[in-house]
Amino acid sequence: MKILVAVKRVIDYNVKVRVKADQSDVDLANVKMALNPFCEIAIEEAVRLKEKGTAEEVVVVSIGPKACQEQIRTALALGADRGIHVEADAMPDSLAVAKLLKAVVAEEKPDMVILGKQSIDSDNNQTGQMLGALTGMPQGTFASEVKVEDGKVDVTREVDGGLQTLRLTLPAIVTTDLRLNEPRYASLPNIMKAKRKPLEVKSPADLGVEVSSNIKLLKAEPPAERSAGVRVADVAELVDKLKNEAKVL
Amino acid sequence: MSILVIAEHDNQSLNQATLKAVAAAQQIGGDVDMLVAGLNAQGVADNAAQVEGIKRVRLADNAAYEHQLAENVSELVAKVGADYSHILAPATTTGKNMMPRVAALLDVGQISDIVAVESADTFKRPIYAGNAIATVQSSDSIKVITVRGTAFDAANASGGSASVEAIADVFNSDKVEFVGEQLAESERPDLASAPVVISGGRGMQNGENFKLLESLADKLGAAVGASRAAVDAGFVPNDMQVGQTGKIVAPQLYIAVGISGAIQHLAGMKDSKVIVAINKDEEAPIFQVADYGLVADLFEALPELEKALS
Ligand SMILES: Cc1cc2nc3c(=O)[nH]c(=O)nc-3n(C[C@H](O)[C@H](O)[C@H](O)COP(=O)(O)OP(=O)(O)OC[C@H]3O[C@@H](n4cnc5c(N)ncnc54)[C@H](O)[C@@H]3O)c2cc1C
Ligand SMILES: Nc1ncnc2c1ncn2[C@@H]1O[C@H](COP(=O)(O)O)[C@@H](O)[C@H]1O
Repeated sequence: MKILVAVKRVIDYNVKVRVKADQSDVDLANVKMALNPFCEIAIEEAVRLKEKGTAEEVVVVSIGPKACQEQIRTALALGADRGIHVEADAMPDSLAVAKLLKAVVAEEKPDMVILGKQSIDSDNNQTGQMLGALTGMPQGTFASEVKVEDGKVDVTREVDGGLQTLRLTLPAIVTTDLRLNEPRYASLPNIMKAKRKPLEVKSPADLGVEVSSNIKLLKAEPPAERSAGVRVADVAELVDKLKNEAKVL
Repeated sequence: MSILVIAEHDNQSLNQATLKAVAAAQQIGGDVDMLVAGLNAQGVADNAAQVEGIKRVRLADNAAYEHQLAENVSELVAKVGADYSHILAPATTTGKNMMPRVAALLDVGQISDIVAVESADTFKRPIYAGNAIATVQSSDSIKVITVRGTAFDAANASGGSASVEAIADVFNSDKVEFVGEQLAESERPDLASAPVVISGGRGMQNGENFKLLESLADKLGAAVGASRAAVDAGFVPNDMQVGQTGKIVAPQLYIAVGISGAIQHLAGMKDSKVIVAINKDEEAPIFQVADYGLVADLFEALPELEKALS
């Protein structure tokens, strides 16, 4: 079986982003970038399926500016076999990404596509589901367990009420939730090895997709700031404040 | 303009999150219809018909829709929704699972998790774990939107008298099968709508110690939540996680116990009206958003708090 993993380059999750002074967007100049944490989990799952002998090949794809190749190399160091970079000037929106991924799927014909459930920059939570609709593949989103057997995959999903399990016929789409696995770190020898793994660069035109978006960012503002309140000395003072000042008890 | 709101329910009754999505629809303006897809869901349709301001309820009652499988429901919503200017659903795991498929089937973008309606084509939504609020404008012919429940006051559940029409379309994918579910059962109020939420973090040390929070919660009529660290460590189940990638809550009172206050956690609770933090580390970032901060060992503070409230 062949697995395609889609990974996105995003701001490092430890960085607190700020909006630009002119409020045109957030300021990403000189900010540390990294693999989207959910995409790390996606790679880890694919690599584990390969280590178990369930999968033969793990292909990783990333869409965006040239710098995305750093994240593809990281994915290769974590155990993916080869990379595809679809080069686009800016980061396309989720529908455009899904269309590009559909074209990659048509070329690669994977049995499973694993994506993160959400990118931590746009917080969209859309791409995997959109790819499902465009390819007609079934989807197991927000996965906390994935079991492949006889051309099917059982996906346990984290839902608001608890857990739900679905059985999907392959080829299928899986999007990862936090509890699916704990990603490994890349070892130095594997980082060196990753430099020699194949990385193919394509343009949206090569894939026959025109990148556009009908959703325009008009403004980015800082959220309403909460000011730090007061320190209370003890439980008695806390209860008193909640009763008599905040009036929430 | 006409707006289709997708009902969320358990085949028996309409949930609160749907009423929030209706409120967002009413702010956009125009006729608001509701689509109920389910099995033996006449009761839900009857609830929907009573929601104030709903014009028409459209009921698709079929086994294919019993478990809200995205593959089936998205096809139905895309077909029925094609005649509307907006399609709205709550930003719950059900809505997040299904709506992007609808958008892609209609070849339009999706606007996730809106917190404000600026006009019929312009909306506000948090990005970067709530560290920025984006104003976005869509020129798509149909706007597909999910609605953050904490940002809207629920529409009135009664006072309406909509007609209920049956829809016969059946979409039933043979590529997906429902195997089972383990739903958390709790006597306590629902996290998303509880007036008081008490959450525990890694500082709770184990699942057993969450009893300290539960007995306090029972005194206050509160729901119990958790940080990701507490869920990852297996103290409590995933459905209790509050944060950027868990549940978003905005109660009257939020009490964070043994939680450091990472941005991903704050993203899920910083719109609460009053925030209390109990943490033994006076430098913990949670104190920067807390109205009332108590620097204390939680194992001493919690029993005292419970006594004080008895
Ligand atoms: C992609 C991604 C998504 C994430 N999504 C979420 C999310 O949705 N929700 C979420 O919560 N996190 C999320 N996180 C994780 C987040 O970054 C933090 O790691 C997490 O919130 C930390 O949980 P915590 O505060 O319980 O643990 P810690 O940061 O370890 O804090 C424990 C706190 O307990 C205090 N403490 C310990 N013992 C005591 C005691 N006896 N009395 C009083 N205080 C005590 C300590 O002083 C400390 O401040 C996400 C992370 C990533 C990368
Ligand atoms: N530019 C991109 N390149 C590759 N994969 C992407 C890209 N954008 C989104 N994805 C994938 O889709 C997932 C969900 O992203 P989103 O729908 O933007 O929240 C991510 O975790 C990735 O797996």
